[in-house]
Amino acid sequence: VTGAFSSGDRVRCTFAEKILEGTYITERDGMAVVKMDSGYNIGVPFTACTLVEHLPVIPVKGAAVVQDPSLPPLSIVSTGGTIASRIDYRTGAVTSQFDADDILRAIPGLEKIANFRTRVLYTILSENMTPQIWQELARAVYEEIRQGAQGVIVTHGTDTMAYSAAALSFMLDTPVPVIFVGSQRSADRPSSDNVMNALCSASAAVSPLGEVAVAMHETSSDDCCAIHRGTRVRKMHSSRRDAFRSLAIPPIGRVEYPSLDVTLSQDAVCRRETEPALQDALEDRCGLLYFYPGMPAGVLDAFSGMRGLVIAGTGLGHTSTVLIPGIRELIDGGTTVVMTTQCLFGRVCDRVYDTGRDRLRAGVIEGEDMLPETALVKMMWVLGNEQDAEKAGAMMAQDLRGELSRRSV
Amino acid sequence: MTDYQALGLKAGIEIHQQLNSGEKLFCACPTVLRKFEERSGEFSRYLRATVSEMGEIDRAAKEEMMVLRKFCYYAYDTCCLVEYDEEPPAPLNREALEICLTIAKMVGMTPVEQVHTMRKLVIDGSNTSGFQRTALVAMNGTLPNGGSIDTLCLEEEAAQRVEGDTFSLDRLGIPLVEITTSPCMRTPEEVFTVAEYLGMVLRSTGRVKRGLGTIRQDVNISIREGARVEIKGVQELDLIAEVVRREVERQQNLLRIREELRGRGAQVDPAPVDVTPVFAGTSSSILKKAKKILAVRLPGFAGLVGMEIQPGRRLGSEISDYAKKCGVGGIFHTDELPAYGVTVEEVAKLRETVGAAEADCVVLVAATAERAKCAVEQVIYRSKMALEGVPEETRRMLEGGSTAYMRPLPGAARMYPETDVLPVRIGDDEWEAIAVPELLTARAERFVKEYKMDPAIARQVAYSEYLPLFQEALDRGIPPNLVHRTIFATVKEIGKETGKDTSCLLDPGAMIPVLEAAREGKIAKEAIPDVFRLELEGVPVGEAIARSAPTLSTGDVEAIVRKIVNERKEFVKSKGMASLGPLMGVVMEELRGTVDGKLIAGVLKKEIQAVLKEE
Repeated sequence: VTGAFSSGDRVRCTFAEKILEGTYITERDGMAVVKMDSGYNIGVPFTACTLVEHLPVIPVKGAAVVQDPSLPPLSIVSTGGTIASRIDYRTGAVTSQFDADDILRAIPGLEKIANFRTRVLYTILSENMTPQIWQELARAVYEEIRQGAQGVIVTHGTDTMAYSAAALSFMLDTPVPVIFVGSQRSADRPSSDNVMNALCSASAAVSPLGEVAVAMHETSSDDCCAIHRGTRVRKMHSSRRDAFRSLAIPPIGRVEYPSLDVTLSQDAVCRRETEPALQDALEDRCGLLYFYPGMPAGVLDAFSGMRGLVIAGTGLGHTSTVLIPGIRELIDGGTTVVMTTQCLFGRVCDRVYDTGRDRLRAGVIEGEDMLPETALVKMMWVLGNEQDAEKAGAMMAQDLRGELSRRSV
Repeated sequence: MTDYQALGLKAGIEIHQQLNSGEKLFCACPTVLRKFEERSGEFSRYLRATVSEMGEIDRAAKEEMMVLRKFCYYAYDTCCLVEYDEEPPAPLNREALEICLTIAKMVGMTPVEQVHTMRKLVIDGSNTSGFQRTALVAMNGTLPNGGSIDTLCLEEEAAQRVEGDTFSLDRLGIPLVEITTSPCMRTPEEVFTVAEYLGMVLRSTGRVKRGLGTIRQDVNISIREGARVEIKGVQELDLIAEVVRREVERQQNLLRIREELRGRGAQVDPAPVDVTPVFAGTSSSILKKAKKILAVRLPGFAGLVGMEIQPGRRLGSEISDYAKKCGVGGIFHTDELPAYGVTVEEVAKLRETVGAAEADCVVLVAATAERAKCAVEQVIYRSKMALEGVPEETRRMLEGGSTAYMRPLPGAARMYPETDVLPVRIGDDEWEAIAVPELLTARAERFVKEYKMDPAIARQVAYSEYLPLFQEALDRGIPPNLVHRTIFATVKEIGKETGKDTSCLLDPGAMIPVLEAAREGKIAKEAIPDVFRLELEGVPVGEAIARSAPTLSTGDVEAIVRKIVNERKEFVKSKGMASLGPLMGVVMEELRGTVDGKLIAGVLKKEIQAVLKEE
């Protein structure tokens, strides 16, 4: 009898020797989920239910939001994530309708900051991102800036937001702020961080900033968002609001809430009057290997034929001696190998211990103080744009977008 | 006497009882309360109403949203990220569910086959998430008065308000059972009886929390032509009937006011007037501080806004409660003016400015421009409702049993699924395996029958939180009277005498060995307080008993008793066996409780008889 009813149908069920009426919601583990008039859902056997009335589902459409054209033009490019989405509880799916009105209704207060246009690029979970989508995203943001956006907000799932922010940092030379934003606590809860994060991102997007950044909660309180450089940010907690952290450098700015006042650090790159530039080639035949004690040398075979490999090594940038011949083989076969550290904090230095010196002799490039994920994205971009292996190797050890610094402070 | 049946009183109750599970409902934190000063940190958040799965915003939530409030939370080392709304909830606690099923079985309910956890929107700050998680577990039970229990839900307890918009998170997430009856009660006394019965059922499980604040009753009340009003948080059971009586009185008075207003052709002027300049030179501190003062004219309302509708409450208080939702401190109205620093002249000028006649009442709100505008709308809204009668409301109890407005009655729109918690299947096997505990009333009857206990004492014991301790002592063959006196009198006396916290004495480990020692004659019953005193000083129970054991042999006792009796031979001869009582006192004084009274009485009797035989 599964499938006998459609969502929204009025049904009658026999329960506890009583006749109950309610609204059929969905099927769950073979049971009919019925919403009682009290609002509670219960699961009852389909055999206990009969149809009272079929009611068509009437889509709810909110009122239009009036925008102020005198405010600075901003673009919102959406890739998915929960920041302004609505969950359809009947199907369990995240609603895909996502126009300017939807966002402006979901985030009251945005309309006072800027005049928005929106563009839905994707509606995907961020773990399903690919380098191809990063490229499409870079092109979309580039076009928005070309068309006059004085700032771009990219809504993004939080899991891989840091990868995408790093990817755009390399592919796009932007004169205006490109702010990635998301929410850690889903938008369907009154306590969601979506509203504050979105308002702070909009405020950052109209600020004097001129680079790719991430704006997310700085503390567990709703008191301020940190603005992180796209190449230095990392998600450091699976669920907390303040999961995003700048590593190795302090945040490049801060947005107070609810005042939305923006303060930028001296290191922040400022807004310019120049045209944006796009260099969107990526080499996706690159990999990231997390070394662990006892890792068999054969693991490296999986990377043979790849153009690049980032290793997240231990401590100063180490792997076991057992792996060194394999690494040398990879490099001899034309793979660029860059060493980073699992410590996340601190610089790689392969000149201190013997195994390190062996790796250097094998041709491993020290990734300095780059985050492993940033190094991977950078490698895709460098190898996509520079065919000369030696030059590419040199670029990996140079600071291109603030992803690497020569001084550890 | 009010004839409640004639008024068409219908009342139902909702009982909320904290469960004594080891862990919280959706995380592994202990279910313990903390002192505010033990907090390990604070954080602050804002809450916003979200649309339900049906695409609506709950009207009660909407009203809470009139002012965006910043809530502050106290964190503790006994809380985790789940309470802080920084981590998804763990699966529904099975121990709490089992306690709920036990209760459900005790009142003849049917369990839901697949239990779904819902989010009930509550954005008054008492839940960090902005919703309370709740699951309907069972339906359709019976009450001794022939009425029915509609539902039994398993919920998470809310955070406790410290003050204002500050909340303490220790209580958040403690499992709570909510039992909702049908509106099957017809008198205030019947409400009391049903509430008392359900409280007894809950305590019969032995698995619910005890003490102040661990049980709360909400009462749903309506009378004919009135409206359904839900009164939240009646903590003292003794007040519940009074709350009902006062609500009936309030609804009756609101209906009387409605009739009077209709008779007068009263109205509400929908256009508020800015009267800020009228109070330019006022000596009222509240009005002086306000940036904006707005007035609403209520033609035909004079005298009724100030009319008392229940002890300490007027129609004006109701209007004021609505206005407060906008963050203003309250209202002024001309039924109570001049007062609070507002002069006769100012009142006259106010009436003139808004064009109020003698029969009209004028209501004032004073605040920032934005808040005053919001508040004046609320004043108009509530005043219009006075023309309709009784509004449907959620109210909170005030001291004494009167109530204040909290928010509109919530609708189904405030419920939506908790997508982070999977549904739980209650199988037939699980339901069959639930054992039904003996009701406390039955237990008390059994005490009377089996142990010949006094019915009042049996009831006191059965209903007390020390029942398990009592039962354990009985099971070890200790006489009920000794157990009762020790638990309910001796411990209290020691507490009073020493000023120390005696709760440790009520632990079975501290109490049972002492009672056993007394039963076995190792110590005198009279020495029990001495053992307790030592225990309170930190002496381990075994040593405390040893130190309080008698140092006298039976021979010693006989010698002492003989000496006392011989010294009072004249007295013994003149009184005969009646001298036993007075001499008992003398001997006890001499032995200072180190010897059991029964033993002394035996020896004394023998010695007295010996003296009398000398004749």
